[in-house]
Amino acid sequence: MGGMTTSLDLSRLITATADAISAHAEELTTLDQAIGDGDHGLNMKRGFEAVRAEAGAFAAKPLPEALKAIGTKLVMTVGGASGPLFGTLFMALGKDIAAEPDRANLAAAFGKAIEAVAARGKSQVGQKTMLDVLQPVHDALLRGKTASEIVEIADRAADATVPMKAIRGRASFLGDRSIGHMDAGARSVALLVRTVIETVGGRT
Amino acid sequence: MSNVGIVIVSHSPLVAEGTADMVRQMVGDEVPLAWCGGNGHGGLGTSVEAIMGAIDKAWSEAGVAILVDLGDAETNSEMAVEMIGEPRSQKIVVCNAPIVEGAVMAATEASGGASLKEVVATAHELSPS
Repeated sequence: MGGMTTSLDLSRLITATADAISAHAEELTTLDQAIGDGDHGLNMKRGFEAVRAEAGAFAAKPLPEALKAIGTKLVMTVGGASGPLFGTLFMALGKDIAAEPDRANLAAAFGKAIEAVAARGKSQVGQKTMLDVLQPVHDALLRGKTASEIVEIADRAADATVPMKAIRGRASFLGDRSIGHMDAGARSVALLVRTVIETVGGRT
Repeated sequence: MSNVGIVIVSHSPLVAEGTADMVRQMVGDEVPLAWCGGNGHGGLGTSVEAIMGAIDKAWSEAGVAILVDLGDAETNSEMAVEMIGEPRSQKIVVCNAPIVEGAVMAATEASGGASLKEVVATAHELSPS
């Protein structure tokens, strides 16, 4: 993770994640239209573009404060449940992460952040949500998987939400009809994981 | 005002405003009341910022009961309460009740000077579980 805390790299990470979310906004919206309210892509794009617009200010902060501020910005700009859920992920990550995290610290902080997201959404693993990607990624961090393995694990975990039945969120109204579609939030997490890992260069 | 305040949070500004109209018809100005609806960008949805603003507007030292429609409204309201922080957050409850019936019943209870606990209990009686 060397160098991840320099303002240059955090700024690059913000740019890369905003690029990725915006490039996939239509795909995310299409996924959400199938089993949700169809605003996920647009909402995520609005939030990550708002973060990009203030990238310099965020990047000037130490990593924990930057993550908390980015989380707050997402809460205020994304709208929909994704705002509080993704916002909470970043805010909680900022609470426990070190200014220059090693892998053990990253894994511990990530674990706490996942707990915070689960509490916010009153959800758990296996209910066709973003948690179904976050948890396998956390496990992979703990098990010493390589950067490229973690990217693949995240993608496979998002794919694995397809046969799941939604228990939480708007998709749960569809019951069995939610089966056969990928969860949009899970896809967003997989995209973010890939982007972060590719940008920091897999130095963990 | 010493009566419990009521906040209505819907995905639709029309639903939120219409619900508020129905509340006003019952309780007039005896209850602090505010509503918000829409994602703040012209679409359906809920906004944490707007919810925080509505809580401020309907604030009462006796507390505030929030009535919501669908899940995102609940999640965003809980986030707004957390961001408002203590000590005020201790006096704000997101109710588990149908938005229209809950708001009207809760406001009617509040207009008689009931405590936050009593107002919330009245709203919760409307929920099946």
